[in-house]
Amino acid sequence: MAQEHAAPIHGEDEGTTTGLNHRKMLMWAFLGSDCMFFGSLIATYLVYQGKSLEGPLPIDVFDIPVTSISTFVLLMSSMSMVLAYSALTKNNMKGFRIWMVSTAIMGATFIGFQVYEFSSFANHHVEVDCVNPGELTKYEQHIFDEGCASGEAHAESHEGLKPQTNLFGTTFYTLTGFHGAHVTLGIVWLLSLLLLSFKKGVITPEKNLDVDLAALYWHFVDVVWIVIFTVVYLFGVFPGF
Amino acid sequence: MSTFPISIPRPVHPTGIWNWITTIDHKRIGILYGVTAFIMFLSGGIEATLMRLQLAGPELDIVSAAVYNQLFTMHGTTMIFLAVMPLSAAFFNFVIPLQIGARDVAFPRLNAFSYWTFLGGALMLKLSWIGGATDAGWFGYAPLTSVAQNPGTGIDFWIISLQVLGIASLAASFNFIVTIINMRAPGMTMMRLPLFTWMSFLTAILLVLAFPVITVALIELTFDRYFMFNFFNVANGGSVVLWQHLFWVFGHPEVYILILPAMGIVSEVLPVFSKKPLFGYKTVVLAGAIIAFMGWMVWSHHMFTVGLGAVANAVFTVTTMLIAVPTGIKVFNWIGTIWGGSIRFNTPMLFSLGFIAMFLLGGISGVMHAVSAHDAQQQDTYFVPAHIHYVLFGGAIMAILSGIFYWFPKYSGKMYSERQGKISFWLIMLGQNVTFFPMHFVGLDGMPRRIYTYVEGMGWEFWNGVSTGGVFILIIGFLLVVVNIGRHWKNGEPAPADPWDARTLEWSIPSPPPEYNFEKIPIVRSLDDWWETKQGLDYKEVPASGGSGNEGHEIHLPQPSYWPIVAAFGLFIAAYGVVFNDLLIPWALAAVGLTIGFIGVYSWSLEPVNDPEEDSTN
Repeated sequence: MAQEHAAPIHGEDEGTTTGLNHRKMLMWAFLGSDCMFFGSLIATYLVYQGKSLEGPLPIDVFDIPVTSISTFVLLMSSMSMVLAYSALTKNNMKGFRIWMVSTAIMGATFIGFQVYEFSSFANHHVEVDCVNPGELTKYEQHIFDEGCASGEAHAESHEGLKPQTNLFGTTFYTLTGFHGAHVTLGIVWLLSLLLLSFKKGVITPEKNLDVDLAALYWHFVDVVWIVIFTVVYLFGVFPGF
Repeated sequence: MSTFPISIPRPVHPTGIWNWITTIDHKRIGILYGVTAFIMFLSGGIEATLMRLQLAGPELDIVSAAVYNQLFTMHGTTMIFLAVMPLSAAFFNFVIPLQIGARDVAFPRLNAFSYWTFLGGALMLKLSWIGGATDAGWFGYAPLTSVAQNPGTGIDFWIISLQVLGIASLAASFNFIVTIINMRAPGMTMMRLPLFTWMSFLTAILLVLAFPVITVALIELTFDRYFMFNFFNVANGGSVVLWQHLFWVFGHPEVYILILPAMGIVSEVLPVFSKKPLFGYKTVVLAGAIIAFMGWMVWSHHMFTVGLGAVANAVFTVTTMLIAVPTGIKVFNWIGTIWGGSIRFNTPMLFSLGFIAMFLLGGISGVMHAVSAHDAQQQDTYFVPAHIHYVLFGGAIMAILSGIFYWFPKYSGKMYSERQGKISFWLIMLGQNVTFFPMHFVGLDGMPRRIYTYVEGMGWEFWNGVSTGGVFILIIGFLLVVVNIGRHWKNGEPAPADPWDARTLEWSIPSPPPEYNFEKIPIVRSLDDWWETKQGLDYKEVPASGGSGNEGHEIHLPQPSYWPIVAAFGLFIAAYGVVFNDLLIPWALAAVGLTIGFIGVYSWSLEPVNDPEEDSTN
């Protein structure tokens, strides 16, 4: 009776009070908790926004087109995840595996972009033309003031942006680093499920909860990235925000 | 049944010590929690005793200033994270499934993992006494925790063990949220939940939302200490006030995490020993929910003297005073409950009545702190320890003692000595007032807290001496509790199923309950269903689990497992690896620990809840 309007039965599901599977409810509670985790990191970032004593600042290092590409890839991976789950429920195991691999690859691509981004920020190199400087950011102005005093043609800095450099570096690497760690964990999870799907009877159209939960987590991590991309990258570069 | 990556046979019918190590029975885990936490409580009491001895007279030299700093920091951290929270968790574990008519919690193995992780974190924190414990206060204010100020490993142990304890608390809270929502017996609607379960539910929600905040704060501190990040580095523009905000955004909900379960226990005990239903059940539930919600809006009252500005201080003054309203409502409901009842003054009842009186006094000084101008006079004086000991000792600990005696027949299957129980109540009641009340006087006289000594002639000698004297009354009281519980657990009279003529489902089953709790799952038709049943409402039950009725009569219990303790052990090793990250090969120990933990979690997630090849019933 209780099972007629309950969620699909997942083996260990023993007619719960709400009809919702235990593990699914736990996942939602965990995601709520994780919201507070990222919320605290983002709050820290916002509190320290514009409080760095020296550069480089977001405007100096961010490359919005590049990060837009990785953002797009990550968001597409969510679609791929949906297709994987959908294929599984339609008993299309081949399609399921293809979309799982594709989701993991897109996640890995995002991580690859992040690694590239981190290393390019850390080795950020600025050169200022002393004769004809044009419009300078605060950081470039600082390099100009430091390096152009004695009549050189160029002033440059190889300092780069490291977590120790300033508050921006500290908060930026911590926030995006923890997001990257979440994505990495998600990739491990997806690949584990992919391997398990070759074992008979572990993942089937009926026993799809494991995939469902991984998908929930994956979408959540994507949504968090939308917030980070907006708050950190877009707000950081476009002062109109 | 093969498991990946390691295949070992499952412990089906373990005996002796293995029975405890691999247990996933919520009742046994509850007992493990209770015993461990009580030992931790006593260790925190020893720390407090040493501090009181040092302050007994002016310019004593029993402990050094450095040791004193470690004592008050470890005392606070121990009592909050290793004593009151896990003592509440002991009751969550033991009582909640019984009260909602369930056979176990939703995730039995996760529950075992919570306990072992808690044990690891607790051991790690207490063992940090070797080599110097943390001395920056339980709130760990920046920059006291910076490497420059505090180069030793004490702070590192504090940070990492709190993270480990946080994982344990979060895992337990997820478990109880799902258990309470999803494992209620048929008919057990949310508004028929016993009050203790309700308050535990709110506590679990608070924990799930508050702990990530301290996790982030501790991560930031870790990065500052280990990798020279700038979060709390003022030289690079960092703000020490950010730590205070993050800490208290966690820390104030934490206060309600400590007190809501206590309120739940009292709301169970008072109706039973007054032979009356709880006065205004819905109001008490709603007041608890409002407290849990408002608990998020008052954190800056810990920071009135930081200089946040008049507006912030005014706002937090008002919200803090407002939160006293639902608390007051509860107190009136409790008084309304005992009003006109046929009261029996058993030990649990005495402790609950003591709770109301002591908690009320603590609440009154709490409202005094709420006024920011008033608070400026009290900040960092002994008036504040007086307040927190009235709410946490007079409040939380008294309620927990009430619970320890109330459920004693249920978890031990024996009866304690009522005479000894009553004597211990009066000793503890007297002892705490002698110890903590004089702190109001010396506090208003200007004695700062967290000082290791004071000079003669400040007018503080007499009341400090009295305070220290009170500690010995408390020690005798608690020794009597230990003797009473310990002796009667072994040799007490066998307890009947329902010795108190109580109201909730846990008393409808034998004492101690069988492993499967309910032979048949009860059908709940009203609030206080067990009481109603005893009054003649005919008792109904459904076979086995769930409502479909065609699932056969077998009781399927989850089987014991090795993996929770393996995963927790891995985490413990990894935690040590983080503190001693430069031992031999940098970070190698942490990597080893994480690998063990990973193997544990992986094998656990691939292990079926019930091994179909094995017989699951005893």
